[in-house]
Amino acid sequence: MKTGFYPGCSMKGSAREYSESLLAVAAALGRELPEIPDWNCCGATAAHNLDQDLALALPARILAAAEKEGMDEVLVPCAACYSRLSVTRHELLEDEKLRQKISGLIEADYRGTARVLNIIEWLSGVPDLESRIKSPFARRVACYYGCLLVRPAGILKFDRPEDPQSMDLLMKKIGAEPLDWAFKTECCGAGFSVSRTDLVAKLSGLILDDAVSRGAEAVIVACPMCHLNLDMRRPNIEKHSGKKYGIPVIYITQAIGLVLGIEAKKLGLQRHKVAVKFPPPADNPPSADAPATAPEKSGQKYLPGEE
Amino acid sequence: MRSDNHAHPASQTLADRVLEKTGVDVARCYQCGKCSAGCPLAAEMDFPPSQIMHLLQLREFPEFAEMALRSHTIWLCLTCEICYARCPMEIDIPKLMDTLRSESLAQKKTNPKAKDIIAFHRAFLDSVRYTGRLFEMGQIVDYKLRSRHFLQDLLQAPWMFFVGKLHLLPERVRGRSLLARIFAKTLKGKEKRS
Amino acid sequence: MARIGVFVCHCGENISATVDVQKVAATAAKIPGVAYSVDYNYMCSDPGQQMIKNAIKEKNLTGVVVAACSPRMHEPTFRHACAEAGLNPFLCEMANIREHCSWVHEKSDATTNKAIDIVRTLVAKVKKSKALLPIKVPVTKTALVIGGGIAGIQASLDIANSGHKVILVEKDPSIGGHMSQLSETFPTLDCSQCILTPRMVEVAQHPNITLYSYSELESLDGFIGNFKARIRKKARSLDEKLCTGCGLCTLKCPTKKITSEFDAGLGMRPAIYVPFPQAVPNKPVIDRNHCTYYLKGKCRLCEKVCPTQAIRFDQEDEIVEADVGAVVLATGFDIKHGDFFPEYGYGKYKDVIDGLQFERLASASGPTLGEMRRPSDGKVPETVVFVACAGSRDPAKGIEYCSKICCMYTAKHAMLYKHKVRQGKPYVFYMDIRAGGKMYEEFVRRAMEEDGVQYVRGRVSRIFERGGKLIVKGADTLLGARPMEIEADMVVLATAGVANAGAEELAQKVHVSYDSYYFYSEAHPKLRPVETNTAGIFLAGACQAPKDIPESVAQASGAAAKVAALFSQAELVRDPLIAVVDRQAPPLYSTCVGCFLCQTSCPYQAIEKEEIRGRDGQLIKTVAKVNPGLCQGCGTCVALCRSKSIDIQGFSHEQVYAEVLALLNRGESDV
Repeated sequence: MKTGFYPGCSMKGSAREYSESLLAVAAALGRELPEIPDWNCCGATAAHNLDQDLALALPARILAAAEKEGMDEVLVPCAACYSRLSVTRHELLEDEKLRQKISGLIEADYRGTARVLNIIEWLSGVPDLESRIKSPFARRVACYYGCLLVRPAGILKFDRPEDPQSMDLLMKKIGAEPLDWAFKTECCGAGFSVSRTDLVAKLSGLILDDAVSRGAEAVIVACPMCHLNLDMRRPNIEKHSGKKYGIPVIYITQAIGLVLGIEAKKLGLQRHKVAVKFPPPADNPPSADAPATAPEKSGQKYLPGEE
Repeated sequence: MRSDNHAHPASQTLADRVLEKTGVDVARCYQCGKCSAGCPLAAEMDFPPSQIMHLLQLREFPEFAEMALRSHTIWLCLTCEICYARCPMEIDIPKLMDTLRSESLAQKKTNPKAKDIIAFHRAFLDSVRYTGRLFEMGQIVDYKLRSRHFLQDLLQAPWMFFVGKLHLLPERVRGRSLLARIFAKTLKGKEKRS
Repeated sequence: MARIGVFVCHCGENISATVDVQKVAATAAKIPGVAYSVDYNYMCSDPGQQMIKNAIKEKNLTGVVVAACSPRMHEPTFRHACAEAGLNPFLCEMANIREHCSWVHEKSDATTNKAIDIVRTLVAKVKKSKALLPIKVPVTKTALVIGGGIAGIQASLDIANSGHKVILVEKDPSIGGHMSQLSETFPTLDCSQCILTPRMVEVAQHPNITLYSYSELESLDGFIGNFKARIRKKARSLDEKLCTGCGLCTLKCPTKKITSEFDAGLGMRPAIYVPFPQAVPNKPVIDRNHCTYYLKGKCRLCEKVCPTQAIRFDQEDEIVEADVGAVVLATGFDIKHGDFFPEYGYGKYKDVIDGLQFERLASASGPTLGEMRRPSDGKVPETVVFVACAGSRDPAKGIEYCSKICCMYTAKHAMLYKHKVRQGKPYVFYMDIRAGGKMYEEFVRRAMEEDGVQYVRGRVSRIFERGGKLIVKGADTLLGARPMEIEADMVVLATAGVANAGAEELAQKVHVSYDSYYFYSEAHPKLRPVETNTAGIFLAGACQAPKDIPESVAQASGAAAKVAALFSQAELVRDPLIAVVDRQAPPLYSTCVGCFLCQTSCPYQAIEKEEIRGRDGQLIKTVAKVNPGLCQGCGTCVALCRSKSIDIQGFSHEQVYAEVLALLNRGESDV
């Protein structure tokens, strides 16, 4: 089973720490992740909003290249890219005429043999994860799936679209206490980060507010866009809502990296807008049925600059 | 699917074109409003999604189809897919929105309030066309030129640069000529023709 | 010497607009064996029928062919007319030149020629027809009613009051069904149990009704008028003759915390229990799945306290056999439970409940004794949201149909809530209001105008919990589809009405058809709503489709009338269009070789073995025999019989070959 890797454009720029932490985790687990050679942008939201043929051609070129490399499956850590590649594969496999048309456009015969994996699937498929835990991530977390990891459910067939549990189970495996909260799959504002920052501030604010009100100590994400909106746009959110939120937003790969014992700097935690640190237990009483977490056991390792 | 629709393309309604292109049949919508109820931005829209459906349903009133194409709604739509996930009739509303967007562009009926959103998308695709990938710096500059929001996020840029998230030079894909051909046959080609 | 009469009908313009009926009649007259051929505007009318009768008498006809519509329409009409004129009705055939010709072709010579061909074919058949006599089958005048809800109760009482015996089988410990769980009924707001329990008592006391409660149908064999039912009386674990219904055992039982089915999961009951105080029969049942004695071998406290020593731990199920002549299925419906609406949090949040649970909350005999208290913390809910269409009219959730009763019971629930919590705020999220019955529209208006129930037109997208409140996110489509959020204390979902669990199994046992939702199929959706396609088995109530109480009662009485009509005859008369195994003179006796391929293949289990014995009692051969009461004349056995020993009366080999030859040899001299 050859697993390829499609980083996606944001991994090179605004989501650099996602890429860093993923590659560090892969290395620690002894997993190879060969990049698809000469990969192009998948088109994200812009392509399918403006032109449907372009929106299919761009991902098709990527997947055709993966197939040419003999890759059986491709890991796509960015949820938006994952969505575009999955939808493209589905539509072209369903409609033979369309597949021929797009194959003509990309000047390659796209067969649809390579499966598309998201980060949670890839991480959940690692069999020896529990045995490698150096120290558990003993925090109350709100797992934020966003829109495109679980919808449209009929195509992705990944997790249930209402109250999904795959990321929660993964976090539980590494010692966290995933909370039940109401905004697991509500949109953060997605591609409006630049063009309508006011709307992102509103939507992402609702998400943070719910997580914080239920006692979450961190929000775990698996999408660069969600991270950007919840983390980098924190000042906008705070301005819009008039409230301060100190809750950090951590990529799932960073959380896994931390429990595997990889140092915070290698995971890019210092690149976040909102500092990844946790207040001492006195200020942050745990929920009634959670075990008490002493600072020596879990807190210190996660404070950047204190390593 | 309606098989008795032998309308001549020129007299085809917007609903007919949507059906032909996407297989989405607006007649199936019984206006329950569940899509609008769950839409994150319905409160900001001029026509929440169920109303867009109804504007297309009344086929004998082309002015309603016009209102749909000129709406702010179709550009505010985040394609978060919540409407489709909850619709009791399993109508692919995001796909409908995509089609309305490209129709709106093709007929040059885009809502002025959506100027920035469209500018962002165009800037994004410019970067993809020229480099093969999203060169964020280039895209931001392109967007600012299009939208004239020169001062926007000005304070973010230095911070992004210092934490290593902003590159000053693009990465170029080798297959750029193929990408240029793809663009010519799709987005750019349609723009020339319209 | 055949003397056939041909009567060609215009059927107004239905036939004559496309087929040249005069030409058909004129051509038919020339067929050898046709003594009389005429056309007329409406053969089925009185003058038309009189024409046939006169012709039979005046022309001494030996057979009649009516070229008109489908035999499914008027074959009985014309056969009856022939019988009245003294001609055996089975010597009358219909040539279908409407559905098979004029209705499916354009006007042309080819169409007229086709009509002529059809007539010629039927003339050839009638020449080979034999006079047949109807079959008589005895009738057992006892009815079996399966299901003791309001429909079953009504049907039992009506049949019993018409002088016939009824066996009523109910699988729960008490009769009463869902109606006994309701608090008040629409549109009168009658107390449900108050109007139901007198009927329940009447059933228990009626001399003509034998009630088997806590029992199920084990098997049903036979045919109309002659069914053999086997009923399993499940073991209550007590001697019903000794039990006085004092209830001491239920009070003393130490296992008290079993989720009560009657309270729709909101209340508790002990292991030995009576489902509700007015239960009929008012005798307890031991739930062997939860009773300590059956699980661990200990306790037996009920046995100790029972004043009449009625407890029988070792009691076993008993099978009762009964001969019945008709069966009425009145097994009712259920509402959809379970987490099929994850976006509404049903099953996740305690305060999101369904309609039946609301009924128990509102009911004076319910877990809160009729006080409006929410399940999670017992607080009085100040704001309640009612969600209509929670599952119905929802192809995505698998149910396309409308459950009919929810608009009405939602209005009722909102009203009951408002009556109990005067300052409360009820909201109803709806798509349409379906209130088509008598006084129904007025009832809903009353909810809106007098009781201040706020109706919001739009569906709810999702419900989640925050800070002890349920946040309901809906939309108001009448206000531009604006999203509308309500913070509720409790949410009531009007879930879809579905077929009862076990509906499929029962249908297979009694051989009735059902649809993809497991509702039982009526024989004709418009004109035969209480019959099934299985002769002798009738339907009553919500097992056929969701419906309210007045309709269930009306249907039950309708089914009872059908049963009474069936029982009003000494014998059942059936059309003799059935298969018959041939008989020959000794020593052959029959060409049947006894392979019994027919018996294996018969879908109606209508073929038996018959032993042919000589005068000395010696067995000569065993041949097949068709049960004339069961055979439906499908012809499967005829197609399979290798020795051509079995044939269908009215559609014999001879007749069918004659038809085929007539078609092939058209224009040449007929056989």
